[in-house]
Amino acid sequence: MHPAFSVIFFTTASGAGYGLLALLGFGNALGLVPAAGWFGFWSLGLALVLIAGGLIASTAHLGHPERAWRAFSQFRTSWLSREGVAAVSTFVPFAVFGIGWVFFAKTEGVWALPGLAAAVGGGITVFTTAMIYRSLKPIHQWHNAHVVPVYLALALATGALLLNALVHLWGHAQPAIGYLALAACALAAWLKHRYWRFIDTTKAVSTPETATGLGARGKVRLLESPHQVDNYLMREMGFRVARKHAFKLRRIALAALFAAPMTLTLLTVLAPVGAGTALLTILAALSAALGVGVERWLFFAEAKHTVTLYYGATDA
Amino acid sequence: MTAYTPPTGKQLGLVIDLDTCVGCHACAVNCKEWNTGGHSAPLPDRDPYGADPTGVWFNRIHTFEAGEGATSRTVHFPKSCLHCAEPLCVEVCPTGASYKRVEDGIVLVNADTCIGCKLCSWACPYGAREFDDDDGVMKKCTLCVDKIYNETLPEADRVPACVSTCPASARHFGDLGDPDSAVSKLVADRGGYELMPELGYKPTNRYLPPRESKAKAGCTGAPAALETRIDPDALHPVLRWVDRILSR
Repeated sequence: MHPAFSVIFFTTASGAGYGLLALLGFGNALGLVPAAGWFGFWSLGLALVLIAGGLIASTAHLGHPERAWRAFSQFRTSWLSREGVAAVSTFVPFAVFGIGWVFFAKTEGVWALPGLAAAVGGGITVFTTAMIYRSLKPIHQWHNAHVVPVYLALALATGALLLNALVHLWGHAQPAIGYLALAACALAAWLKHRYWRFIDTTKAVSTPETATGLGARGKVRLLESPHQVDNYLMREMGFRVARKHAFKLRRIALAALFAAPMTLTLLTVLAPVGAGTALLTILAALSAALGVGVERWLFFAEAKHTVTLYYGATDA
Repeated sequence: MTAYTPPTGKQLGLVIDLDTCVGCHACAVNCKEWNTGGHSAPLPDRDPYGADPTGVWFNRIHTFEAGEGATSRTVHFPKSCLHCAEPLCVEVCPTGASYKRVEDGIVLVNADTCIGCKLCSWACPYGAREFDDDDGVMKKCTLCVDKIYNETLPEADRVPACVSTCPASARHFGDLGDPDSAVSKLVADRGGYELMPELGYKPTNRYLPPRESKAKAGCTGAPAALETRIDPDALHPVLRWVDRILSR
């Protein structure tokens, strides 16, 4: 599948934003994050920029962005529509939580409830994003049980790395948040490893033989393509990436998304808190941002669509 | 606007005979010609006479080789929208622009409400949908909805453009939801099948498999070998005499 930049940016940025929002909502209710108004302003502001920036970027790949509002109507069947509804609905408790925290310095009691609601809404939104891919039967690398857990875990891990950086910058560093980021990264790494092992060891049920129904005669191969140059289908669905590049990029993703941030975060937990540890937490978050971008690019580039079986692919 | 795929009784579709298709691409050309002035007009063409021509076609003809060696078969394989009974393309559409008509099962796109997210083209395993970069909307086979019901045309012409143009009569149009229709009977007689049934889209269109090759002379009903026949009256008198002597 063709990796569109706007969709990669949207899914990774909004994922991190919702992960951060969820941790702020739960963290506030549990008293884990500082109650200071300015901390609320900067941390919720970062979550807002990531979420809103991602949502705006996601409309960039539309043929008619001005009609995007219509996408809220088919929530009964379409995961894309459900994602839109969940994303917009989450802004309501998000706004109440933010206004209470930043303008009225209210974070306790009933004021913590919109934070919890926003946290749940953020989780649901990431879930619906993942389900858009999970529900597409023609793409074996997406239509499997590994996709949704990876999306949720990566949102949590990238959000936790951002939260760890924010509390360090705000002078409220605490080992619990560092350990949380470590645990979330470890969980995401394990799930991603399982995902890669799954796509490496399994293939789509569909083959050139089932696609043409000519399997009874033996092996089916494309003799003549319908046309000489690539069409929309081949450009959009037939994106090919050399295996050697895929493996290199997987190593880069593993290093930048998991190994480096986890090492840096472990240092911030073990070392005495100061300007140095704050810098390490920022480096950890930046490394993860690069890593999750590569991971998401691969998620598209390694996905094969059954339509390629009509264009010479031997498996999907 | 349909949020759910309605169950339909009438289910218009195509039956494509892979035994008789000669791979001439006439169906694709006539489809393009009709539809660039029809329901989803225009069908864009970029650089049509240049080195890198690209554009929207509702119908594309692939050619496959099935099997290997002496028994292999070259099969021309036209492919267009299959107007599935379980169209995931309709389900995933966030705006309801993609819909399946209750009255005849045709899957269409409303170009006025399509936001051009392309998700329907990802959801189609068959590659039936192509994006129009000029209009920013998705386009697909309409089963010539503007031709098959067109009362200004003679009744014989009220079939999809691909069907009316096929010089080999390899394409048949009708109601596949009615088991007694001519197309349903044809499917039953010839063992017509669905593409990628394992994905569960329940496509309406059916493909008729190529018939067995008649590789030996006897298969056609002709004598297995030609007998030598001599008409004595047509021979030269000398040869006729030789023939008579030797035939004793």
